[in-house]
Amino acid sequence: MNIGWYLAVSALIFTIGAAGVMTRRNPLVVLLCLELMLNAANLALIAFSRMWGNSDGQIFAIIVMVVAACEVTVGLGVIVAMARRSVPIDVDELRELQG
Amino acid sequence: MQTTSWLILAFPLAGAIINGLGFRALKGRAPGIVGTVAIGAAFISAVLTLIKLQDLSPEHRGALFVGWDYAKTVGVDAKVSILVDPLSVYMALVVTGVSTLIHLYSVTYMTSDRGYARFFAYLNFFVFSMLVLVLAGNFFLLVVGWAFVGAASYLLISFWYRRTTATRAGIKAFVINVVGDIGIVLGTYFLFRNTHTLDFIGTFRQAGTIPHGDLTAGLILLLVGAFAKSAQVPLHTWLPDAMEGPTPVSALIHAATMVTAGVYLIARMWPLFEHSAAAADVGTIVGALTLLIAATIGLVVTDLKRVIAYSTMSQIGYMIMAVSAGAYAAGLFHLMTHAFFKALLFMAAGSIIGAMAGEQNLDKMSGFRRAMPFTFGCFVVGGLALAGVPPFSGFFSKDEIIAVMGQRGGWHWVLFVVGYIGTFLTAVYTWRMIFRAFFGEPVAEAAELEHGHLHHAEQHTNPANGEVEDTDVGFPGPDHHIAEWSVPMRAAMGILAVGAIGLGFLQLPFNGTNVVDKFLEPSFRGSKYFGSLHPTDSLTTIGLIVGAVLSLAGIALAYRIWVVKPGTSTAIRERLSGVHRFLVNKWYFDELIDLVVVRPFAWFGRFGQQTFERIFVQGALVDGTSGVVRAGSATVRALQSGLVRAYASLLVLGAVAVGLYFLLQS
Repeated sequence: MNIGWYLAVSALIFTIGAAGVMTRRNPLVVLLCLELMLNAANLALIAFSRMWGNSDGQIFAIIVMVVAACEVTVGLGVIVAMARRSVPIDVDELRELQG
Repeated sequence: MQTTSWLILAFPLAGAIINGLGFRALKGRAPGIVGTVAIGAAFISAVLTLIKLQDLSPEHRGALFVGWDYAKTVGVDAKVSILVDPLSVYMALVVTGVSTLIHLYSVTYMTSDRGYARFFAYLNFFVFSMLVLVLAGNFFLLVVGWAFVGAASYLLISFWYRRTTATRAGIKAFVINVVGDIGIVLGTYFLFRNTHTLDFIGTFRQAGTIPHGDLTAGLILLLVGAFAKSAQVPLHTWLPDAMEGPTPVSALIHAATMVTAGVYLIARMWPLFEHSAAAADVGTIVGALTLLIAATIGLVVTDLKRVIAYSTMSQIGYMIMAVSAGAYAAGLFHLMTHAFFKALLFMAAGSIIGAMAGEQNLDKMSGFRRAMPFTFGCFVVGGLALAGVPPFSGFFSKDEIIAVMGQRGGWHWVLFVVGYIGTFLTAVYTWRMIFRAFFGEPVAEAAELEHGHLHHAEQHTNPANGEVEDTDVGFPGPDHHIAEWSVPMRAAMGILAVGAIGLGFLQLPFNGTNVVDKFLEPSFRGSKYFGSLHPTDSLTTIGLIVGAVLSLAGIALAYRIWVVKPGTSTAIRERLSGVHRFLVNKWYFDELIDLVVVRPFAWFGRFGQQTFERIFVQGALVDGTSGVVRAGSATVRALQSGLVRAYASLLVLGAVAVGLYFLLQS
């Protein structure tokens, strides 16, 4: 099968994820969308890996998964802490970084 | 000779360091003893140097000892080197000799002062600086000594540093002296750029090759330095104010040694001055003007120490006039006799001020003759020497100067007359001071002293403005000392009195005993005046008679005005109220300097502050820079919305932009 299809799916998923990150206000959904973006990248890595018949891309995908797992752990922890302190679960309300 | 001449410098420096660093360990009078011994040792070294110098044949009297190279770079040969020749040894002897006696006097005089060790550290440092100045073998070390002396003078004038009048006087002295320092440095530059050497001997050897314009400019700048240090018109206003310092300081620095540095400088630079008649004439005229102006002011001043200060200015005017006009031996001879009788007068004045519990106003003094016979005796000896009554030392030295002026002829005859007017005025103001302080009805303090009790002020006040003071550090100590009751003070004054009487015999007229002349001769080898400029016998005779008559007439006039008919001075003052006001205001020199220098500079400073500083520096540079930064940061801050989604969008947009860029590039 042509590599173009894999890349098209990957790009589609990445765009969906990016759009979600930019538009959704629930941090849980934002995290989900981030996962989508990472996995879109993984898909592209594995597709290229198959194309070249070389396992470097697959190893790289596994590393990305590890990073994603860490990121989700931290992100979920933050969200749980927010819920416990009854901070509104809404990224637009968290504006302490405003200059 | 090399060792002993370096030791002259080493002892005072060691004394200053020991007193300056060891003031906690040195108890009681120890600092005074350390200081006196250090200067005494320097004096002995100077005497040993003299003996070794006299052993040499006259052609070889003069040696340059190089300590080390201070800086040796492109064309500059700044060495720490001392020139030991009859002239510098002569000065070193006068400086260390008089200083030893003044240190001895101070041991008692300053006893109750809380800054005792500090005083002796400063005093030793002063002597060290003065010796650096006189022994310097090149312009580099001369400038160092010159500036050190100014600093030491500042420290000692402001010795009572909680007295506002004293600190003010110190600053004034320092600023005017720095004007002189700048003159010396610039003058050195004018000479150096032609001779390419800082060394005195090397410079003198090339004296004839320096272009005339540069030589005259350089020498006039050197004269500015000499005038500032020697309190000559118009840079003299600091000297009367310097009397705010303790009396031994006035005796040592502002009478006997430091203020004669200008005389020494001109005498040392004789090979240059003889090549530039214009510069020498400037020195001569300024000296003559100063001797006249100071003498007239001395007639009306009522502060005891200031009367002596003005007489110092006047006498240094004589010396500057003498050495500028080529009467080197006469000027330097007067320098030595003056150091003795002027130090003596100041010490005696210190004794009276002690008896008056710090008061210096002549109006409040009277009738101390019976209460303080020893002080009176010293004052009379000093007064006779200063007035130039035969056979006291001042008579011979002053008349030699005046006779040489007559011998020069031409317009120098004016100076001859000025010199004699000065003699007459000197006799009047000196004896006015003596008659007012010692004759007449005893004041309360004198009467108290006659019964063997020294007056103590209920409350200590500043004699200049009456401010109430305590006696802690920074103010004078609680106790006062008079010469009658203190052996060291009597000893110091006694030796000086002997000198004031007898030193004149070193150089009697008519080629009697030309000790000074013969001794200094090797330093002035090749001078066109030194060997030839001797007054004729008839001129000398006339001079001596006129001098003696004028000084006795001056004393008689003073006696008539202030003793025989005590109301006369008031009557004269009322009749000549305009002249009196002019003299009391010191010829308005302070006001003139204020008008010509201080106010334009203050105006210029204000102008600079209001326009340049406020509009350009503050407005354009400072506010402009901060405005740009502030505007930039305000823009950047506006982007920090705190919306995470906005940041994410920017990130994506940025990534897309980068991607698009590379796509379009390829």
